[in-house]
Amino acid sequence: MVRESFCKYIKDLEKDVVDMSRMVIAAINRSIEALKTHNADEAERIIEDDMLINKKRWDLEEKCINLIATQQPVASDLREIIAVLNIATELERIGDYAEGIGKIVVMQGTEPLIKSLVDILQMAALGISMLEKSIDAFLKRDAKAAEMVCADDDKIDLLYDRVYRELLSYMIEDPKTITRATYLIWAAHNLERIADRVTNICERIVFLVTGRMEEIKVSKY
Amino acid sequence: MEFAPKIETVGLNLHYGGFLALQDVNIKVPAQNITAIIGPSGCGKSTLLRCFNRMNDLIEHTEVDGRIVIDGRNILDPNTDLIFLRRKIGMVFQRPNVFDLSIYNNLRFGLRIHRMLDGKDEVMDAIRQGLEHVGLWQDLKDKLRKNARTLTLEQQQRLCIARVIILKPDIILLDEPCSALDPVSTLKIEDLLRVLKQEYTIIIVTHNMQQAARVSDYTGFMYLGQLIEFGQTQQIFTKPKEKLTENYISGHFG
Repeated sequence: MVRESFCKYIKDLEKDVVDMSRMVIAAINRSIEALKTHNADEAERIIEDDMLINKKRWDLEEKCINLIATQQPVASDLREIIAVLNIATELERIGDYAEGIGKIVVMQGTEPLIKSLVDILQMAALGISMLEKSIDAFLKRDAKAAEMVCADDDKIDLLYDRVYRELLSYMIEDPKTITRATYLIWAAHNLERIADRVTNICERIVFLVTGRMEEIKVSKY
Repeated sequence: MEFAPKIETVGLNLHYGGFLALQDVNIKVPAQNITAIIGPSGCGKSTLLRCFNRMNDLIEHTEVDGRIVIDGRNILDPNTDLIFLRRKIGMVFQRPNVFDLSIYNNLRFGLRIHRMLDGKDEVMDAIRQGLEHVGLWQDLKDKLRKNARTLTLEQQQRLCIARVIILKPDIILLDEPCSALDPVSTLKIEDLLRVLKQEYTIIIVTHNMQQAARVSDYTGFMYLGQLIEFGQTQQIFTKPKEKLTENYISGHFG
């Protein structure tokens, strides 16, 4: 095969995207666990480890820039490199949201959760599932699968609605709960934003496969 | 730059008669890498390349100053064995220049001239290895008596490279080796160079910047006989240090 080394560089980029997505998924899982268990020490570690996700993004971007500068990619190769550049940014922002939940855990301190985590856990599980499916669609160059992932964004929006209304009613009933309720609203909001970022990743996958740039689903938030 | 150079020039100046073609060129070419020399026409890149195997000696009224150190020896020393030097530093030119002989005799020619191998089996073995090295053995093993000029241009250029490497060089110099080839053949030759660099130090002069960016590990930019900048190819093409380099590679030149 001609240009074998260039093909290898592209495969390496894909591997980097997978690695970065795993780092981000781990960060989400750790942050939700820390939220459940009030583990401020683990939360501090999550916040610190976000640096590694940021570094991974810069490394990926540098590889993309080098490839564009030295290999003159065109057509689907160029679209893939551009897609990777954008996906890296989205993954890094997802990492920031996980870090944000870590910061919420630190702020929360030893205060008990205002309610047990049910919908928030579901939001996290759904968000992670969306991310995993989107990366799978990226590797398989499956635009249809990428579009279907975005359908789950509605489910997350519904869950967020429910969490928000429930916590609002807590706050209305007892203003002393405002601080604790707000923490959970922020956490839920971060998870809702994670799903939006995954939708952006799916749009880039469609672009990679078809060359079309279009919004797949517009979140109500 | 953290490597032991295979070739190092120190204060290299070259005059063609009264014309200063190379001015104070100091370059360190790393071993077992591909180094590209780029620059506009007339900048001295081919002149520099021809210094490394002293081919400029064949041009009248040429004067060279400075040092060219290869494996610790200054090859400008008058005692240099030029025949041996040109065996160890082979050259491939712009247009494939296979001899009007069979493929077999094209490859055997150098072995005979340099008295390298005698026995028929040894010669055949060396020819096979040479052709395998350049990816031609499968296609040509049953056609070795065929005239080399009946091959495609890409095959001819591969044969020229095989002709060089059959003599067991250390360094391969290529002067715009793909200029006469179509884009696909060009990419195939570039793939071949990437394989060869595992064993040889390769220097390629090219006016095709995109080729230099694709294939080389290090790039030197020359202008008006001077080496303006030298560095890792990725750095040269993403963050050049000199404005002149930036202008040239981005086309804001002239």
